Amino acid sequence: MAKQPAAIVGIGQTHHRAKREDVSMAGLCREAIDRALADANVSLDDIDAIVVGKAPDLFEGVMMPELFLAESLGAAGKPLLRVHTAGSVGGSTAIVAASLVQAGVHKRVLTVAYEKQSESNAMWALSVPVPFNMPVHAGAGGYFAPHVRSYIRRSGAPTHVGAIVAAKDRQNALRNPYAHLRNPDTTVESVLASQVLWDPIRYDETCPSSDGACAMVIVDEDTAAASPNPAWIHGTVMRSEATTAAERDQVNPQAGRDAAAYLWKQAGITNPLEEIDAAEIYVPFSWFEPMWLENLGFTAEGEGWRLTESGGTAMDGTLPVNCSGGVLSSNPIGASGMLRFGEAALQVRGAAGEHQVDGARRALGHAYGGGSQFFAMWVVGADKPSN
Amino acid sequence: MRDVAVVGFAQRQMEEFDGSPTCVELLVPLFAECYEQTGWTRRDIGFWCSGSSDYLAGRSFSFVQAVDAIGVIPPVNESHVEMDAAWALYEAWLKIQTGEVDTALVYGFGKSSAGTLRRTLSLQLDPYTMTPLWPDTVSLAGLQARAGIDAGLWDERAMAEVANRSLTDAEKNEYAIRKGGSSVEELLARPMYADPLRKHDCAPVTDGAAAMVLAAGDRAREVCDRPAWITGFSHYVDPISMGTRDLTRAPSAARAAAAAGTEGVEVAELHAPFSHQELVLRRELGLADDVVVNPSGGALAGNPMFTSGLIRLGEAAKKVWQGDASRVLGHATSGPALQQNIVCTMEGRN
Amino acid sequence: MSRTLSAPVTVAFDYTRSTGPVLGRFLTGLREKRVVGVRTSEGRVVVPPPEFDPVTHQQVDDFVEVADTGTVTSWTWVPEPVKGQPLDRPFAFALVTLDGADVPMVHALDVTSPDQVRTGMRVRIRWAEERVGAITDIACFEPTEDAAPGTAIKLGDLGDNPVTGVITPVELDYLYAASPEESSFYRAIAEGRIIGQRCPTCGKVYVPPRSACPADGTPTTDEVELSHTGTVTTFCIVNVPFLGQRITPPYVSAYVLLDGADIAFLHLILDIPAEEVRMGMRVQAVWKPREEWGTTIENISHFSPTGEPDADYDTYKQHL
Repeated sequence: MAKQPAAIVGIGQTHHRAKREDVSMAGLCREAIDRALADANVSLDDIDAIVVGKAPDLFEGVMMPELFLAESLGAAGKPLLRVHTAGSVGGSTAIVAASLVQAGVHKRVLTVAYEKQSESNAMWALSVPVPFNMPVHAGAGGYFAPHVRSYIRRSGAPTHVGAIVAAKDRQNALRNPYAHLRNPDTTVESVLASQVLWDPIRYDETCPSSDGACAMVIVDEDTAAASPNPAWIHGTVMRSEATTAAERDQVNPQAGRDAAAYLWKQAGITNPLEEIDAAEIYVPFSWFEPMWLENLGFTAEGEGWRLTESGGTAMDGTLPVNCSGGVLSSNPIGASGMLRFGEAALQVRGAAGEHQVDGARRALGHAYGGGSQFFAMWVVGADKPSN
Repeated sequence: MRDVAVVGFAQRQMEEFDGSPTCVELLVPLFAECYEQTGWTRRDIGFWCSGSSDYLAGRSFSFVQAVDAIGVIPPVNESHVEMDAAWALYEAWLKIQTGEVDTALVYGFGKSSAGTLRRTLSLQLDPYTMTPLWPDTVSLAGLQARAGIDAGLWDERAMAEVANRSLTDAEKNEYAIRKGGSSVEELLARPMYADPLRKHDCAPVTDGAAAMVLAAGDRAREVCDRPAWITGFSHYVDPISMGTRDLTRAPSAARAAAAAGTEGVEVAELHAPFSHQELVLRRELGLADDVVVNPSGGALAGNPMFTSGLIRLGEAAKKVWQGDASRVLGHATSGPALQQNIVCTMEGRN
Repeated sequence: MSRTLSAPVTVAFDYTRSTGPVLGRFLTGLREKRVVGVRTSEGRVVVPPPEFDPVTHQQVDDFVEVADTGTVTSWTWVPEPVKGQPLDRPFAFALVTLDGADVPMVHALDVTSPDQVRTGMRVRIRWAEERVGAITDIACFEPTEDAAPGTAIKLGDLGDNPVTGVITPVELDYLYAASPEESSFYRAIAEGRIIGQRCPTCGKVYVPPRSACPADGTPTTDEVELSHTGTVTTFCIVNVPFLGQRITPPYVSAYVLLDGADIAFLHLILDIPAEEVRMGMRVQAVWKPREEWGTTIENISHFSPTGEPDADYDTYKQHL
């Protein structure tokens, strides 16, 4: 049995900031939801089901916050699901929402992912000491920095490649009115001059901590007919592996490689570098751009940094990556994956505004989480898939 | 819709699990039981989905290590909901409906005893106007029970009847952690705890885990003599507010039952952590008087958080496998005072 | 001896919640000893106000003020209060419909026994002495007999110092247990030994041992005594301070692959300037004085360079 066609016809996001002190959690979500509904030209009453995604509940200190949010989100009297797959959750949530349509269960599904990081402190929430263990954990940066070091050693990449990514994404963010970080003066040199936080990761190579939300309306074929520019789902995938396992490749994880291979196959893509017009890849620390380029099969192993260094991932490059500014410019953790998925859809809808890639027809949305162990991805296209 | 059936189920319940909150060591033998029931290995499973809670475990990403129990080289197609695993089953059922996979293994786990459960659950409430008062689960259920008593919908005797039947039936359930019925009079003679609730009106704090296997069409028939075919699967949520809701009702349960279709149900396993909630649910689900309710003893005999709902579905499915019933219903609830409800109906076919 | 080791963990944070305009108004009112509700599109006065109308889904804006007296519509006895509840002695939680409101709200009712409560009884808000703009500005309800029924009136001016945020402390106590396999590891550490276990399926040696080999899903079994010497596979230098940190930065957090193990674990590298730590560096465990030992990996104070030549990259590259 084949999946029912599904398309994204509405996308909304908040203005992401370090502290959105002007809104409650419900207000934050509704800002994104209302924009998505307006974009889709539907009302909450038209929605059949709602799928909520969010990273750890400790961030906001609310257990299963979708329960208290239900009425504000318009979910009362409707089916409501809450997905949590670590950092990949924004992507996984979109995929679960899509599957409600692809399974033929619902016609119009609203999905929203959010994080209000300013309610607490992510470093704290991710580093609550475990008894008997060595308390060397230091948040996500501390977790990923050793693996970045491994990548540099394995690939022989010059040390400024991370700075190239950071400068590019921060410049891209200037074209995105919703982006959190807006610093026109960021250059490769300024990134290299910033403080080394988790050696080898510098301050300017890390994502900010943001409050924000993203929402999408995903609909069936009949409903999509009313949209001037639906983004059709050409493939979705989720893959997971262990955080730590003997001889696990933590630089180029098998789950990511497997996921990409399965995704390209579904979407009928044989040469992703040529056939994908824009990619929104989950890059919370700059070095993950070249790492994921390899993991996703855009380049051979060890060659990702060359594409970055050559400018191939810039707005005008072979493969524009994170034209929105990416996670490096806005990071409401639970929503960050959905922002990648949503920005990919905006590209193929021709609706990305100043960061639009001319003529983008097929785009990748990518998210990962945990210790580079949970992967969620989709390919969206301007054309209805033929298969 | 594809024909999808429950073909495997395993569970553990205990007062206090002395192992880690990741529950990996609880899950390993459960998966082994599921493999034994189906003759499959992990490589026959197309999709994995789990339900658990970070706040129950007391740490972020508490579900992350649980995938170790699967054995995840090669990597797996996997997801997680921060909900009772009954909703994880729903996600898995969806995945099969899309045609992407034909089989799924769903699991839930939780160590309720790691913290003070009724206090931890206060964090499920409105964080601005409720949680700072720390209204505990038992108190919220007490408000609901009193509302029904005041409205003349049930009384303490009706509640005791539920408890007595549950604890009596639980004697035959090897997994029950509270069992042993006596008589309604004896239960009513016991002291009040959280007036109007006595202790036996409240589910015991329970640790545990459960796993269930789903399969489509022939894959189900290959491994199970009498698969429990899912005929309806639906869920809804109500507003959380204790003020604007009519606490004697659970509209989301009624809606889920109407969507799933309850006609002809012979056995219903209802997730009612408080005795009066079974009375609410019977009414909302429109169950006839001759429907056998909670032959396992239900949640009053054991209520492992994030698993108890899935266990209800599993207990119902077992009735089909065993040939005891042709049409059964499993129900799970989440949130304070029956806020969110899911109904799964299943049938055996000859 | 119990099968597993356990230790208490407290998860505590003072959450800083921004309220948005609707809840902000409600909390501002409480600070001024006034109860703000909202009239929904269905004409019902609801306290506390929902942020969005249940029918139109629009943000609510028809604010009203209701009385601080009301009627109990349901109640339950709280025989054993838990930490953080409004009263630390037995009390009742009640649903109280304030005069002028159409639906009840939840709060504590200060009475000394369940005999003193009944549905329908009249109660009044007892305000907290110090009010900050939080739901706890209502200390609790108390019985009252002389309260004439009030009504809802249009909300007047609340002053020019609105509440926009509220701090909510959340403190939860847990008992954390290690798995049986980890417990055996920590017990060995308490004797100065480092033990791993081999996965019976793939043969890899895990340290600490695992309840399930993540590759195969089978528990590790055969015990292997491991060397106290190993190789740094990769590492980072932590320069960033953060809340709850227990080691003062800068410090080197490194993956150490003990000789004989098939997986590296994280520990601290000292006795060498951070900038001189290298991938492939050979290191050995430096134990704390025996009298300081417990069942924790912190018995190993840190790892220190052995002075041997660095390990060849090929010997550890598959562990990156």
